[in-house]
Amino acid sequence: MTRQMTGAKMVVQALRDQGVDTVFGYPGGAVLPIYDEMFQQNDIQHILVRHEQAAVHAAEGYARSTGKPGVVLVTSGPGATNAVTGLTDALMDSIPIVVLTGQVPTFMIGTDAFQEADTVGITRPCTKHNWLVKDTAKLSETIHQAFHVALAGRPGPVLVDIPKDVQFASADYQPKQKAPTGHYQPQVKGDMEMITALVEEIETAACPVFYTGGGVINSGPGASQLLRELVEATGFPVTSTLMGLGAYPASGKHWLGMLGMHGLYEANLAMHGCDLMINVGARFDDRITGRLDAFSPKSRKAHIDIDPSSINKVIRVDMPIIGDVGHVLEDVLKVWKARGRRINREGLQKWWARIHDWQKVDCLKFKPNEGTIRPQYALSRLEALTKGRDRYITTEVGQHQMWAAQYLGFEDPNRWMTSGGLGTMGYGFPASIGVQVAHPDALVINVAGEASWLMNMQEMGTAIQFRLPVKQFILNNERLGMVRQWQELLHGQRYSHSWSEALPDFVKLAEAFGAKGILCKDPADLDDAIMEMLNHDGPVIFDCLVEKHENCFPMIPSGEPHNKMLLGEAKTKDAIGSKGAVMV
Amino acid sequence: MSALQIKKGSTKHSAYNLRSTFSDVEETHTIAVLVENEPGVLARVIGLFSGRGYNIDSLTVAEVDHKGHLSRITIVTTGTPQVIEQIKAQLGRIVPVHEVHDLTAEGSSVERELALLKVTGVSDKRVEALRLADIFRAQVVDSTLESFVFQITGTPEKVDAFADLMRPLGLTEIARTGVAALARGL
Ligand SMILES: Cc1ncc(C[n+]2csc(CCOP(=O)(O)OP(=O)(O)O)c2C)c(N)n1
Ligand SMILES: [Mg+2]
Repeated sequence: MTRQMTGAKMVVQALRDQGVDTVFGYPGGAVLPIYDEMFQQNDIQHILVRHEQAAVHAAEGYARSTGKPGVVLVTSGPGATNAVTGLTDALMDSIPIVVLTGQVPTFMIGTDAFQEADTVGITRPCTKHNWLVKDTAKLSETIHQAFHVALAGRPGPVLVDIPKDVQFASADYQPKQKAPTGHYQPQVKGDMEMITALVEEIETAACPVFYTGGGVINSGPGASQLLRELVEATGFPVTSTLMGLGAYPASGKHWLGMLGMHGLYEANLAMHGCDLMINVGARFDDRITGRLDAFSPKSRKAHIDIDPSSINKVIRVDMPIIGDVGHVLEDVLKVWKARGRRINREGLQKWWARIHDWQKVDCLKFKPNEGTIRPQYALSRLEALTKGRDRYITTEVGQHQMWAAQYLGFEDPNRWMTSGGLGTMGYGFPASIGVQVAHPDALVINVAGEASWLMNMQEMGTAIQFRLPVKQFILNNERLGMVRQWQELLHGQRYSHSWSEALPDFVKLAEAFGAKGILCKDPADLDDAIMEMLNHDGPVIFDCLVEKHENCFPMIPSGEPHNKMLLGEAKTKDAIGSKGAVMV
Repeated sequence: MSALQIKKGSTKHSAYNLRSTFSDVEETHTIAVLVENEPGVLARVIGLFSGRGYNIDSLTVAEVDHKGHLSRITIVTTGTPQVIEQIKAQLGRIVPVHEVHDLTAEGSSVERELALLKVTGVSDKRVEALRLADIFRAQVVDSTLESFVFQITGTPEKVDAFADLMRPLGLTEIARTGVAALARGL
């Protein structure tokens, strides 16, 4: 059955057909017809953000905490350009987002019309794909195709640019089932020969390690389940990138903690010393590998990834397996079981003995201070007081982000939303809004730095308007802490513009928006203050004044291999050579 | 076949089993890309090369299947084996890309380029130009009393050679199509 309707109505109908329940957006001239349709229906809720960048980050939070695509609706010109940071963020972290932008009418395109921007041109490098729809008859199938592309294979952001005359004109609506998804069908099943080769190595490896990433989360909860099964069955140690936290539970017996630049000592040394590295849905990012020519020198490497371009991009692997993590892990388990569930028990025992020695270093230990709150202490207390709750964590970008990854434990996938690839300050607050919208009854906390938080603080308005009880846990060091740390280690302690001057009174700021503000500066008061935050039924800004010059350790300095990790203050002097200094 | 399913080439049957993917010796490859002829598709391909710092030695594009709206883009590029593999994988990721073929790696292929060369001059030089054109089987497609426009087809090397010879004989302008290439055999 085909139905005639306007392009604007089609947009809403297509979203409905795609099962969309929430749109994050901001209106303007070029999307007025669509907003008019939004007004006249109740199936899809619209969350009015206060800045289009926040709409995309909120959609990312929604997507990452549900596995469903996040949807954004913004106007042409500035509305679209404001969305660019969010799109780039989603592209880097492989988050499925569908952004709908208004555009000036087709007959005005190219005339420098009011609020005209070459949106598909500007967003071409920061989307997985984008479309300019010039004909209403193509609109509904393009939107359906956009959802397909956003989700298929390695997920990512897509954008559909819709000129205003296309929104007004009428045509036949194509339902989802009838819309062709095109030839774009990425491969999900891994090559069985290569999977068998990997199983053979699993059977004999003496020092194996699973190196897991965001691909496990993106593959869906089933993939995390399979990973857990494989880890438990083989007894292999497992570490994860920042993006993959929660796929394997932090309380799990085989958990080594996060790896990488600010990863745990035992995780990085296991990576360095292993003889079999099984990369599951991670991409050998430079935060992980450190110096390339010294990366895990003795290991055979398997790489499971749905994106063929991730294979051999920076690290040469011996067993590339292109496919969806869930499908591949299922086959690995099947083959391994069928061949008799063999492992190298003796080797593994010795390997664990070495790992236990590394774990004894207890690289995250710290002494709480008497007078001032150390950020590690604040996060340890937050962890202790929220453990066991239905908890979702987002973060901003900086030291606090790394401490959150180190000191909070994630038991399940989709509970940890952080800007990994792009490292976008200002991500966490709007992301927490998106998460809370998707999970109205859950506890949603944004672990923030004061500088990052200010970048999207206008979203307090959104939190208040939609009664979203997001908790903004700000580790306030009055510094651009991560920048300051690098200046200390690399630039002779010349702290060029890395402190936060003229900070607002966060308690008053909260009150000005109609939210609750809590200030805490004494470790002795911290538990009560955190409980007060948790017990408050509404958004809270928690201004946690912390030690100002704390550095984040462990740290692998840029340009160094994993075994050249810095564990603490004493050894940091001149740790970074001039080669490392040019890297970020 | 899906665009993402890289032709046995970049992975286990990849050339890196024969030569190191991570060698720093640069190679020149001719890559044929079959794409849906939709707006912006060429910009996507070119943007990929410029954004990721790959070289384009030559690029040609035209619709080859008007009914199916398919265009064929032929790119000649130079890079280390690893970079060539990346280029192919990255091209395969572009949504409107249907197929990626490394004609250099997949066996032998024929490559042709067409060029138009304007040569101006009188008397001896003019005669010499005509004589050489004959040797290269270039055709005269325009002529005045003081100029010729030659059309030559052949490999880029042949076109280069012809152009080099024409230079002292009064070459004033050259237009080249870039390479079109097809695999040999079935
Ligand atoms: C949008 C953006 N601008 C600049 C940076 C560079 N940067 C990384 S961390 C950081 C400081 C963050 O300060 P804050 O949010 O207070 O976190 P802290 O490191 O103090 O915990 C800066 C400026 C960035 N990541 N993102
Ligand atoms: Mg700070």
